Amino acid sequence: MSDATVHVAQLSKSFDVPEREAGLRASAKSLIRRRTRKVKAVDEISFDIAPGEVVGFLGPNGAGKTTTLKMLSGLLYPTGGDATVLDHVPSKRERDFLRRITLVMGNRNQLQWDLPALDSFELNRAIYRIPREDFLAMRDELIDLLEVGDLVRKPVRQLSLGERMKVEIVGSLLHRPQVLFLDEPTIGLDVTMQKRIRSFVAEYNERYGATVLLTSHYMADVEALCERVIVIHHGSILFDGRLAELASTFTAHKTIEVALENGRADLSAYGEITQRDGDVVTLRVPKAETARVTARLLAEHEVLDLNVEDPPIEDVIELVFAQERPQS
Amino acid sequence: MSVRPASTEFPVELHEAGRVRSLSGLYLATMRMAVQTQIQYRAANYFYMFGMIAEPVIYLVVWTTIADQQGGSVQGLTAGYFAAYYIVWTLVRNMNVVFGAPYWEHRIREGELNRDLLRPVLPLHYDIAYFAGWKFVVILFWIPLAVGLSLVFEPTLDPRAFEILVFAVAIWGAYLLRTMLQESLGMLCFWTTRGAAIFDLYMTTELLLSGRLVPLPLMPDWVQDIAQFLPFQYAFFFPIESLVGDLSNAELLRGLAAQLLWILIGLAIFRLAWRHAIKRYSAVGG
Repeated sequence: MSDATVHVAQLSKSFDVPEREAGLRASAKSLIRRRTRKVKAVDEISFDIAPGEVVGFLGPNGAGKTTTLKMLSGLLYPTGGDATVLDHVPSKRERDFLRRITLVMGNRNQLQWDLPALDSFELNRAIYRIPREDFLAMRDELIDLLEVGDLVRKPVRQLSLGERMKVEIVGSLLHRPQVLFLDEPTIGLDVTMQKRIRSFVAEYNERYGATVLLTSHYMADVEALCERVIVIHHGSILFDGRLAELASTFTAHKTIEVALENGRADLSAYGEITQRDGDVVTLRVPKAETARVTARLLAEHEVLDLNVEDPPIEDVIELVFAQERPQS
Repeated sequence: MSVRPASTEFPVELHEAGRVRSLSGLYLATMRMAVQTQIQYRAANYFYMFGMIAEPVIYLVVWTTIADQQGGSVQGLTAGYFAAYYIVWTLVRNMNVVFGAPYWEHRIREGELNRDLLRPVLPLHYDIAYFAGWKFVVILFWIPLAVGLSLVFEPTLDPRAFEILVFAVAIWGAYLLRTMLQESLGMLCFWTTRGAAIFDLYMTTELLLSGRLVPLPLMPDWVQDIAQFLPFQYAFFFPIESLVGDLSNAELLRGLAAQLLWILIGLAIFRLAWRHAIKRYSAVGG
């Protein structure tokens, strides 16, 4: 038994991928000898997630995020290593395990297309064996939280992508899962809808103490919800720690945004000018130089405003993904 | 909408009904949903039904013509028998339309299996329940068509009460039997993406050895001998013959027992294949 809700140790997953050159000749050759290549989608990753924690799982396309989520939710058998979720081995797919988790994948339709979502919810009630009283209370609460009261009575095919996603989330949480695996839950949604889903996840986590592992390409999702992030690339973990530490670990620079009385002053001697917007200049300076440059700016210019910040998280992530080797 | 907050105690222990009770709840909910969905598709269902009836009507016209040319019967089977056989055929065929093996490929490729695997219930239960629910819509739509065909072709049909009872059980037996065979065959999709040739071979074999193409007594003896050791006739010929033919009570019961045996064999094959298949699943398609 582990204290962690999610425990992952040396978890790996490889796929045998058939491959051949283009053309008729290669096609004929493949009739006789089929060539495959082993692709390591996830390569001996390890991490723990505590009960109630919300963790962002970041990585570029093909990094191994979704494969990991699928292994943790019992869809995929690992090739190696161990994983437990709520003290269950996911690949055993025990009923008690499946009743306590959910995996929400953006753009996936789990609802009956031609019927109102309320009918699909009824089916979920039967599948998850939720007593009617609990079901009605939870259903109405989720409908209220996501503001989908009018939508659940329309046939699903008549809902927009964003509306459907919200209704999908209601369906996925009716059994009140303790662990939420959210794979790009806001993909393709407009900013308002993204915000609504973000705040809903935060509310659900707060209200039920649920553990959440979230992947998203929208850093706004991660910044709003996750104090801790795990960065995965080429199947290996590059970083596991507080989001705030990500920048300091991976960037050797800071950003100084300075507004001067004399907006036309040449600041190129202080650092690399990355942006000039009217009187406001943005400088990129080496981290070790930050204090000295700041002091010089204040001493040598009429400064109206000055901010020292880590680079935007998107830039940091881009930098992380550009790296090939894991860092400690 | 008034909101009654759900319990915020966590972890929440949801009550669970007994296995049988909760499974029956799942079956009822799924069947209800299937009925609702298929009523939405009522026009498509009728067109589908009309299309399906073309096949037995062709067989019926051919055999009736042959019977008439041979003095009223073919190997002792009268035109009235053929009419009854193929009209009952239409119901049996509709009953044994199941979640077909090729759809496993679609289910895997489109990522639908991901949804199914996240549910704490074997997808087989959902398939059985969904198609069983659909049958109630099918039967409702079939009745007027059967009446129309009966007026045109004048079947000879005079079943005993016991035969009607056995038929009522046998059409569901046929449904379950064919479900098990198709679902087991569908497991091939976990090993190959080119199962279509095998599925076609299966369908051809079934067509010849099940009584779908012609009543089995019209087939050569050696074909009938082979058919005895295979499950196909219990999904077509036996249910039809239980109502149309003149089987003794012992033969009727033996037929039901054979259906049950093949259902259990099919289930065992499915479960064995499923255990291995799921380990091979690569969860593509989302």
